[in-house]
Amino acid sequence: MENAIEVAGLVTHYGEREILKNISFSIAGGMTTVILGGSGCGKSTLLKHLIGLLKPTGGHILFQGKDITVMDEDELNEVRRKMGILFQGSALLNSMTVLDNVALPMREHTKLKDSTIQIMVRMKLDLVGLSGFEGFYPSQLSGGMKKRAGLARALALDPEMLFFDEPSAGLDPVTAAGLDELIVKLKKVFKMTIVVVTHELPSVFTIADYVIMLDAGRVIFCGTLDGLKASDNPRIRMFLERQPEQESYSPDDYFRIIAGE
Amino acid sequence: MSSIAETLFGFIGRKAGTALKGIHDASKIINDIFYWSVLSPLKGKPVRFRAGVYEMVKAGYNSVPIVAVISFFIGIILAFQSAYQLKRVGALIYVANLVGVSITRELGPIMTAIIFSGRSGSAFAAEIGSMKAAEEVDALVSMGINPVRFIVVPKLLALMVMLPALTVFSDFMGILGGFVLSVTVLEIHPMSYIQQTINALLVKDVMTGLVKALAFGVVITVVGAYQGFRVKGGAEEVGRRTTSAVVASIFLVIVFDLFFTALFYYFT
Ligand SMILES: Nc1ncnc2c1ncn2[C@@H]1O[C@H](COP(=O)(O)OP(=O)(O)O)[C@@H](O)[C@H]1O
Ligand SMILES: [Mg+2]
Repeated sequence: MENAIEVAGLVTHYGEREILKNISFSIAGGMTTVILGGSGCGKSTLLKHLIGLLKPTGGHILFQGKDITVMDEDELNEVRRKMGILFQGSALLNSMTVLDNVALPMREHTKLKDSTIQIMVRMKLDLVGLSGFEGFYPSQLSGGMKKRAGLARALALDPEMLFFDEPSAGLDPVTAAGLDELIVKLKKVFKMTIVVVTHELPSVFTIADYVIMLDAGRVIFCGTLDGLKASDNPRIRMFLERQPEQESYSPDDYFRIIAGE
Repeated sequence: MSSIAETLFGFIGRKAGTALKGIHDASKIINDIFYWSVLSPLKGKPVRFRAGVYEMVKAGYNSVPIVAVISFFIGIILAFQSAYQLKRVGALIYVANLVGVSITRELGPIMTAIIFSGRSGSAFAAEIGSMKAAEEVDALVSMGINPVRFIVVPKLLALMVMLPALTVFSDFMGILGGFVLSVTVLEIHPMSYIQQTINALLVKDVMTGLVKALAFGVVITVVGAYQGFRVKGGAEEVGRRTTSAVVASIFLVIVFDLFFTALFYYFT
C-alpha cells in the first residue's frame, strides 16, 4: 500500500529549544499507526506538524505526495478537509451544544440544508455511541463522552485520515477500552488511515498495525507490534516493562547538589 | 565594568526584542482582523452575523444598567462641580452648557469605553485565552475555520455597534443627571435648563463623541484578542492576560482619546 504520509528530516523548535531532532518515517495508507513515546517527548508537537498547525524549522512532510510544509493557508485547508483530528482534551467548543459542535465543519464547508446536516449529525453521533446527547453542552459530558463527541466532529466531513492525540489519557480502563474498540471498528468499516499518538501500552496492543517509537525527540523504532515486543533496545524494554528511569545521581550526590558544593 | 555594560545592553536588547515581537504579533492580528472583517466579506464570505448579534447582547445590552447608573452619577457630579465655579460669577445657567458639552464630547464616550474595557475587553481575553489553552483554537484551524473570523470578527462587529449606541445612551443619562441636580438643588427652571442645553449642543459635539466611541470599540476588541491569543500555557496565564487586557485597553483608550481630542480641536 502506498504511503499516506512521509516525514523526512523533520526538525522543530519551541524558541531556542529543539524538540524533534531530525525525524524520518512513513505512515502507510489504510493501517493504524501508533506513535508511541513517554510524556513530553514531543508526540503532540509531531502531530501538530502532521496536520499543518505548526511549521517545522527543517525537513519535509509529504501528505499524499504533496509537501505540506511549503503550503499556504488555503492549500493547507484543502488538505485538512481530508483529515479528522481528535485532540487530547477533545477541544469541543464549550459555548455550543454537541449537535452544533459536530455540525460546525458541515455548516462551514458544505452548502447542505440544515435539516440534512441534523440528520447527518445524528448518524455520526450514533456511530460513536452518543445518540440522544445532541442538546448537551460539553461541560455536561464525562471525559469519555467528550472524546466520543470530539470523534464525531472529526468524522463530520468523512475524512480519509484520522488523527488521535492520546485518546485514552485521563479515562478509566473500561472507557479507554471502549474507545480503542471504536478505533478498530472505524478502521475495519471505513478503511481509514489512522494515526494514534499515545503512551498507553494496552491501547497499543489492541489497535496498532504499525508502531513508531519516539524517545527524546528521535525515532528509536519503526516496525510491527511483534518487532516491538522482540526488540532488545534498552529504552524500548524499559518502556514495555514499565521500569523507571535509571537514577543518574546517588543520594550523596543529590545532597551535594542541594547544598551547592 | 564590561560585565555591567554587557548586562545592561543585554537587558535592553532583550526588552527591545520582546517589544518588537509584541508589535509584530499585534500587527498580524490587526491585519487578520482587517482582512476577515472587511476584505473577505467583500469577496463573498460573510461575517458570522448571528454570532455578532449574540455578542451584541452580551457586550451591549447587559451593560446598559451599569452605563446608566455611572453616567447619571457623572452628570450629577459634573453639575455640582460646574455650579461651584459658576455660582460665584452669577452664571449658574451655564451649568447646562458645561454638562452638555463635556458629557457628549468627552465623558460619555470615555466612561462607556472604560466600562467596556472592564467588561468586554477582559471577557474577550479570557474567552480566547481559555480556548487557546484548551486547544479549541487549534481545533478550529484544523477544521479549516479561521479563528479570527470565527471568534474575533463577531466581537468587533458587536463593539462597533454597541459602543456608539451605549455612548448615545450614556450622553442622555449624563445630561439627565445634570438636569435632575440643576432643577432640584440648584433650583434652575426645567424649561430654561432644557432650552440652554439645546442651544449649547452642536451636532458635531455628539458626532465627534461617536467617532471616538467607534475607535474605542476597535481598540478594546484588538487588545482583548491580542492578549487572548498570546496565551500558551494554562489557566493562570489566562488570568494574567485578562488583567493585561484591561490595563492595556484603558491605557490605549485614553491615548486614542487624546489623539482624537487634539484632532477635533484643530479640525472641526
Ligand atoms: N507551546 C509550547 N511552547 C514551548 N514549549 C512547548 C510548547 N508545547 C510543548 N512544549 C514542550 O515541548 C515538549 C514536547 O511537548 P509535547 O509535544 O506536548 O509532548 P507529549 O505530547 O509527547 O507529551 C515538552 O517538553 C513541552 O514542555
Ligand atoms: Mg501530548
